[in-house]
Amino acid sequence: MKDIRLEYEVIKDDFIKAGEASSKIKKVLKRLGVDPSVIRRVAIATYEAEMNIVIHSEGGNIEVVVDPERIQVIAKDQGPGIEDVHLAMREGYSTAPHRVRELGFGAGMGLPNIKRCSDEFSIESIVGSFTEVKIIIYQISKQSAQ
Amino acid sequence: MNLREIQRLLDAEVLTGEEYLDREVKTCFACDLMSDVLSCVDDKTLLLTGLTNPQTIRTAEMIDIAAIVFVRNKNPDQKTVDLAKENELVILRTKHIMYTSSGILYENGLASANIVHK
Repeated sequence: MKDIRLEYEVIKDDFIKAGEASSKIKKVLKRLGVDPSVIRRVAIATYEAEMNIVIHSEGGNIEVVVDPERIQVIAKDQGPGIEDVHLAMREGYSTAPHRVRELGFGAGMGLPNIKRCSDEFSIESIVGSFTEVKIIIYQISKQSAQ
Repeated sequence: MNLREIQRLLDAEVLTGEEYLDREVKTCFACDLMSDVLSCVDDKTLLLTGLTNPQTIRTAEMIDIAAIVFVRNKNPDQKTVDLAKENELVILRTKHIMYTSSGILYENGLASANIVHK
C-alpha cells in the first residue's frame, strides 16, 4: 500500500467549522478499513489538536500520513507559541478564554488527551513563531495498552 | 436498553434520528465538559449533556457516541441538529435536569461509561 497523505487547513476562531478536519480524517480512516480502536485514538488526538489550533493559534494545519504500520499526525500552527510547554502539558492548566469554556473546552485536557492517545508524542513550540505537535499511533502490535 | 426505552423513561422528545430509536446503548456518560467526554472508552454510549452547540455533536462523532440527550429542555440551534442528522446521531430532549435524568437511567439499569484511567 502506498502511503496516504491528508492535509487540512484549520482556521483561527472558526468555531462553526472546528472539528471538520478531524471528521474528514476519521471518515477516510474508516474507508481505509483501519481498526476502530486505532481510528478512535486518531480521532480524539486530531480533534483536540484541531480545537487547540482554533482556540489558541493564528491558524494552522493538520497533516496525517497513513502507512500500513502507523498513522502519523502533525498539527502545526503559525503561533503565537507556548511560553511554558511543561505547564501546558499539565492536566487542568489552561489559558483558554471564558467563551471557549462555554463550548465545553478549555479545561486544560487537550494536550494530555492527545498524549494519552498516542504511542509517540512530541511537542515543539517557539514563542512568536509556531507550535508543532507530532504524534504516531501504531496500527499493529506496538499499540500501548489503553 | 434501546433508545425508545430511554425516550420513554425520560419522557423525552426526539429532535432528530427517529429512525434509529431501536439502537441499543450499553452505558451512559453525563457531562458538560467535552474533553472529559473524549476520555470515554465505550462504544454504544449515551451522552447526557446541557451543552447544545455543534462541538457536542463533533465530540460525539469522534468517539462513536450512539445518542445524545439534552437535559433541562435545552434547545440546540438548527446547525447542531443538522450536523447530528448528517452523522446519523439521535438527539433527544428531556425536561429533567442532568441529576434526575442520570438517576432515572441508573435506576433502570443503564451502566456508567468506562473512562480511560491514567
